[in-house]
Amino acid sequence: MEKLISLKIDGKEVKAREGITVLEAAKEMGIEIPTLCYHEKLKPYGACRICSVEVERGGRTQVVASCGYPVEEGIKVKTRSAKIDKIRRTIIELIAPSLSDGGVVGKVRELADEYGADTSRFMSRFKATPTRCILCGQCVRYCSEVVGANAIGFVGRGIERRVVFFPERASRFCPTCHECYDVCPTGKIAAETDGGIFPKFSIDDFLSGKM
Amino acid sequence: MPRINSPTELEKLREEIKLKREPGKPCITISSGTCGHARGSEEVIAAFEKEIKSQGLEEEIDIKITGCLGFCQREPIVLIHPEEICYLEVKPEDAAEIVQSVKEKKIIERLLYTDPKTGEKIKHDSDIPFYKSQQRNILGSNKWIDSRSIEDYLYIGGYSALSKALSQMTPDQVLEEIKKANLRGRGGGGFPTGRKWEETKNAPGEPKYVIVNCDEGDPGAYMDRSLMEGNPHSVIEGLIIGAYAIGSHEGFVYVRQEYPLAVENLNIALKQAEEYGFLGENILNSGFDFRIKVHRGAGAFVSGESSALMTAIEGKVGEPRMKYVHMSQRGYKEKPSCLNNVETWATVPFIINKGSDWFNSIGTEGSKGTKIFSLVGKVNNTGLVEVPMGMTLRQIIYDIGGGIPKGRKFKGVQTGGPSGGIIPEQYLDTPIDFDELTQIGSMMGSGGMIVMDEDTCMVDMARYFINFCCEESCGKCIPCREGLRMLLEILTDVCEGKGKEEELQTLEDIAEVMKDASLCALGTTAANPVLTTLRYFRDEYEAHIKDKRCPAKVCKNLITYYIDPEKCQACMICLRNCPTGAIQGGKNLVHWIEQDKCIKCGICYQVCPERFNAVEKLSGEPVPAPVPGREVTRKKE
Repeated sequence: MEKLISLKIDGKEVKAREGITVLEAAKEMGIEIPTLCYHEKLKPYGACRICSVEVERGGRTQVVASCGYPVEEGIKVKTRSAKIDKIRRTIIELIAPSLSDGGVVGKVRELADEYGADTSRFMSRFKATPTRCILCGQCVRYCSEVVGANAIGFVGRGIERRVVFFPERASRFCPTCHECYDVCPTGKIAAETDGGIFPKFSIDDFLSGKM
Repeated sequence: MPRINSPTELEKLREEIKLKREPGKPCITISSGTCGHARGSEEVIAAFEKEIKSQGLEEEIDIKITGCLGFCQREPIVLIHPEEICYLEVKPEDAAEIVQSVKEKKIIERLLYTDPKTGEKIKHDSDIPFYKSQQRNILGSNKWIDSRSIEDYLYIGGYSALSKALSQMTPDQVLEEIKKANLRGRGGGGFPTGRKWEETKNAPGEPKYVIVNCDEGDPGAYMDRSLMEGNPHSVIEGLIIGAYAIGSHEGFVYVRQEYPLAVENLNIALKQAEEYGFLGENILNSGFDFRIKVHRGAGAFVSGESSALMTAIEGKVGEPRMKYVHMSQRGYKEKPSCLNNVETWATVPFIINKGSDWFNSIGTEGSKGTKIFSLVGKVNNTGLVEVPMGMTLRQIIYDIGGGIPKGRKFKGVQTGGPSGGIIPEQYLDTPIDFDELTQIGSMMGSGGMIVMDEDTCMVDMARYFINFCCEESCGKCIPCREGLRMLLEILTDVCEGKGKEEELQTLEDIAEVMKDASLCALGTTAANPVLTTLRYFRDEYEAHIKDKRCPAKVCKNLITYYIDPEKCQACMICLRNCPTGAIQGGKNLVHWIEQDKCIKCGICYQVCPERFNAVEKLSGEPVPAPVPGREVTRKKE
């Protein structure tokens, strides 16, 4: 029989199976923690930090990403607090400018409204071209972990980081797959490929970072 | 060389090496680490070799090439043994004279260190103020060994700690000794080393791995490089001892590819250690097997983070991952892995040899032993210093570092690299200690110490470090990537005089979220330079924003170059050197700057002869109108 772990989430006693994460435990009891980079078919990644929660363990409280934090005996989890709300609000505000070309819509819009984020707070300071990509990596990881095609990946580092298709592999796998269209939380991939047959490779676009 | 098969054979070999050596024989030791190379040590070595050969003195005088001796400002350093005479900034053309003086047992006064306070010439390196207050336990061996000679390392007692651990101690006893020594990790966080070893040892899962972190990337820090270049065997010995305690049979050294000499010397040392039987199977007949692989880093600062480093060794992109399960439980290939920094591993043999009581006798309550710092920036004696924990910043900067050059005023010292903070003058008497530094908003980090004087703009400095992190963050998590991007935008605006007062609060808001929510320590600490400068130098931010003034006169947009007509002697130097032709005037006519053409490169400021000192930087004050065609007022001699 699986071992059960007792913990508290938002004041409620919970018994959770050993090995699952706080995010999963919360979900099972109907507490929704927002996520942007989490996908149930993929390994926890911990990039968006929207799922941050406060965990009290041995008298010490720390902020952790619930998607990767395993349930532990006796911990107390707070999925909402002034601190957590500020983190989520600020993250939405920071990410909003990258979405500005298509408007802040969909999930990010819903979260912005829920947490009172001012999506234009950093808009004027955002000098890069809005890409509509929040670098959640779901397409990259899905393509690698689920599809096994590895046709899409990250290049660059820091603020230069972006997602690209690798032409050699993309031309082989992408035309019949398109699974990343649905995975992408901002709809960037589907929009850019116009719903049509992928790939429409242009080496110029590729090198200039448009792809 | 035949393999050494037991502790007895090791001691026998050591005796043989000692017998071969003649303690009284003259030896010219030349330091030639990367810092030495940069200052021409290779040419100096060539000159000495040529000189000795041409005089046929190969049998009479030895030459030894060592790693960094620490006093990098005055490299190349030449030590004459057995008298231990220390010559600084030696040039190839000095070689003949030095060889002659060694023959005649004379001293060349002009190459000795001159005490700037007393004017006295100092013969021995140990009497030079820079070295005098140091306690060079770990780095000190550098001066005795040719970094490529295992015999030199054995001569000074090398691998005796390994022999002791393997033959006289159980793995648990080794672990206990390290725990009792209260050694804390030298790479940044200061985590208790013994506890890390114990966690790895007790973690379920085999095999277990031990790893050396030599991905030193903090701007201005090079402690690990000098250890790895100068004394790679000490790191290897520490790693083998750790592996024995933990029960690991495979280790890695992650070393930056940008440290070519360290990579080279490390590989040589590993090959020797294998040949001598300190690595491989049944080491010194103990039944313990251990091997080391070298992984060369591909040049990413973030790869120094433990999870990123292990991911990189796995052959993937070096990006951090979530570590809610410690690396000591699930690290490299999801197996228990113990990562320590170069200096930490190099400290291990000393603790085993001299005991935890000895180690505990040095340092403060919470931080034991000595720590190596790279003392750089606006300080007279730059170099690597090793001091007992608990020494104050003031002692390091003034007694060892010799204070601030040109009589300028001290403003701050950045410790801990981009993750650290800038410490102002009021904390100069803070004892160096992991916890004390954290308390004042900075950190020990790996030991970078950048001294700043009154000509350093703190806003610009914060901007510099944020820019560094923007380029070096992996970009994986939003708070770090986007937070840094916005911090950089705001700080750049402040430096350009376009900042707004309410944005100081925005800086703090972003910093707070980065600190709480970033994925790895790079993100959680990246805002520290901003937070500490806001805390201790808020007036500078306010001057930039409210008065459009840069108090240190650094930020280009906020300064104007101006030639004082009373001081200008119409020497034409600045006029000829100005790259945009912005300087007007002529022979016997006072020079003046056509501000529209000026690009604020500062060349006029630099080239104006010190005796005139006519070019000034103005900030936040009106620039007097020029008077074209005015004749020069000659300075009276």
